[in-house]
Formats: sequence, C-alpha cells, structure tokens
Amino acid sequence: MSRCENLLIGFFANRKYNEMIAWLQQPWPWYVAGALIGLIVPALLLLGNKHFGISANLRHICAACLPARIPFFTYNWKKEVWNLFFVGGILIGGWLAAQYLSNPAPVQVHPALAKELAGYGITDYTGLVPSQLVSWESLFTARGLILMVGGGFLVGFGTRYAGGCTSGHSIMGLSTLQWPSLVATCCFMAGGFLMANLILPFILQL
Amino acid sequence: MTPSTPEIVNDFEVRSLDTMCVNESQEQHPWWYNLKYLAVGLVFGIVFVKAEIISWFRIQEMFRLQSFHMYGVIGTAVVVAAISVALIKKFRIKTIHGETISFTPKKFNKGQIIGGLLFGFGWALTGACPGPLFAQIGTGALAVTVIVLSALAGTWVYGYFREKLPH
Repeated sequence: MSRCENLLIGFFANRKYNEMIAWLQQPWPWYVAGALIGLIVPALLLLGNKHFGISANLRHICAACLPARIPFFTYNWKKEVWNLFFVGGILIGGWLAAQYLSNPAPVQVHPALAKELAGYGITDYTGLVPSQLVSWESLFTARGLILMVGGGFLVGFGTRYAGGCTSGHSIMGLSTLQWPSLVATCCFMAGGFLMANLILPFILQL
Repeated sequence: MTPSTPEIVNDFEVRSLDTMCVNESQEQHPWWYNLKYLAVGLVFGIVFVKAEIISWFRIQEMFRLQSFHMYGVIGTAVVVAAISVALIKKFRIKTIHGETISFTPKKFNKGQIIGGLLFGFGWALTGACPGPLFAQIGTGALAVTVIVLSALAGTWVYGYFREKLPH
C-alpha cells in the first residue's frame, strides 16, 4: 500500500516538476519579469546601499584599463567593483538561462514586423539575437558594421553623456521620482522611435 | 600611471553629473562580499533572457508600438521599485550591515537630452541596452563582444571630449 502511495506521490511530484520546467522554458510574462527587475532596486539597496545601474560599468572598465589621465576616468574604480560583479552575474545568468531553461520554439514576432524584416532578408528567428545582423560574418557587411560598431558606440557615448541607461535612469531614477531621469527616459524613447522607424529601414536595406 | 587615490574634485563631478550607478556605501569589506551582487546579477540575467528583454525583435516591436511587452516590463519594474523605495524611506530601513540607505538627487543637464537621444539611436540599432548586452554574450552570442568593445570606445571618447561638450 505504502509503495503504491509512494509511486503515486512520485508520479505527481515528477509531473509537477516537469510542468514547472516546461513553464519556466516558455517566455516569461511581462508582469513576472517586471516585478523581479523592480525588486533588484531594493535588493541592491538592502545588501549594501548600492544604486541600480549598469552603464557605469563601461566607465569603470575604462578607468581600470585606459584612464589616460582623463579626469573623467581618474577615480577610485576599485570602490565600484561590486558593479562589475553584478554584471558578471548577468553574464552567467544569461548562460544558465540559455543552457537549462531555453525555449526550443522560434521567437514569436509581430506579423507586421516579420513582414518588414523579410523585405530586408531577415528571416532567421532561431535566436533572440538575429544572427543575420549580429554575428562575426555580419561584421563584414555594411549594415552589420553600422549596427554593431556604430550602435555600440552610440550606446556607450550616449549613456555616459546622459549619465545613465535604462536601469540607472528609467528604473532607478523614475522610481526615486527624479524628473531629470524622466527627461532622459523620454529622450531614450524618442531616439529609439526615430532610429527604428525613420533611419533603420535605410540601414537594413544596405 | 594612474593615481590610485580618489580626487575630491572628481568625486564631486561623479555626484553632480553622474549620480546614478555610484557606490554610496562607506563600508569596507573583503572582496568576496561582492559575490552577493553576483547572485543578484545572476537572477537578473536569467530574467533578461527568459522574458526576451535581450531580444532584438522585442526592442524593434517596442519602438514600432507593435507589442506591449517591453512597456509592461519597464512599467511594472518602476512601480515595484518605487513602492520598495518609498517603504525604505518611510521606515528608514537600513542595509543588512546596519548602514543608512542614502539617495542622491540627480541634477538636470543638457546631457540627459542629447546623450539620451544618442543612446536611443544606439538602443534601436543594437536592440539592447548595456545590461542585455552582457546577457547576450552569456547566451553564446559571442559576436556581441564587438558591440561591448564599441560601447567602451564610446564611453572613452565621451570622457575625452567631455569638457568640450554642452552640459
């Protein structure tokens, strides 16, 4: 009798486990992701009075590797080393998710976007990062070069000029009710809308 | 070559122009205390991938108003963070080491407009902000290191020309 019960419990526990894994493998809904990201702000504050932000890491790496006596890069970057650990965690987290929780199905994309991208020959939806745009081979095409090297440069230059990125301004800044962060967030969005709708189509045609 | 001691003048600049993303703690701890931030980052990285925030396609949908997903993520995050911050302020909650949690007001400057627009361009091009770039590398998209190196170059060039740029 007890063996039978054990088998039953085992069966249900196993089914529950499989269901859980299957649920975790699906793309997570926005409210789950949003809540978890929001909780990072108090987590960092409670763990050591640290303010959520990621783009500052780029500055810390510059300060550590190539300060070149530029005042902007001569500060005690070692005090900010926690931020580099944080970003290291993001990298490992990305690896873990891809390794153990990856979604086998192709990325779901809005039909209008799929149609537009097909016009530029972008049809591969196997990865979250489109390999037809961001890859080593793509680096030798005009559009890949603009996207990766030009886009990356703008991300680094723009975030530092603005004093923060989506995490520092849009999440940390807005949640502490700082109006300059609202200005920055509006400009991030405005820049994104302009690029995606008016300029990117010409770049993708290259 | 580099002065290892922090300069007061520069610390002021850190505060006045770049208050986000700066260590507020006065505590001195051994290096392995930083592993707690690695753990938080780890959760963040998993969420980034699983909610497809690192997806170039999701960012394109956001900027074309074709999907609510990214707005939902950022909106929920801001609300949850704002409630948490309000609670921390109201009950004067301290860190796990007993330190007071501090907030530095951010000053407005033109950089938030010009730099904000430039970052927006980069965001739509690469389909990623700085955090997702690192998660993308983790998922095995190793070519993204080129984007990160380019972003480092952008940051460095900003630092070089900073005095000449309008702020």
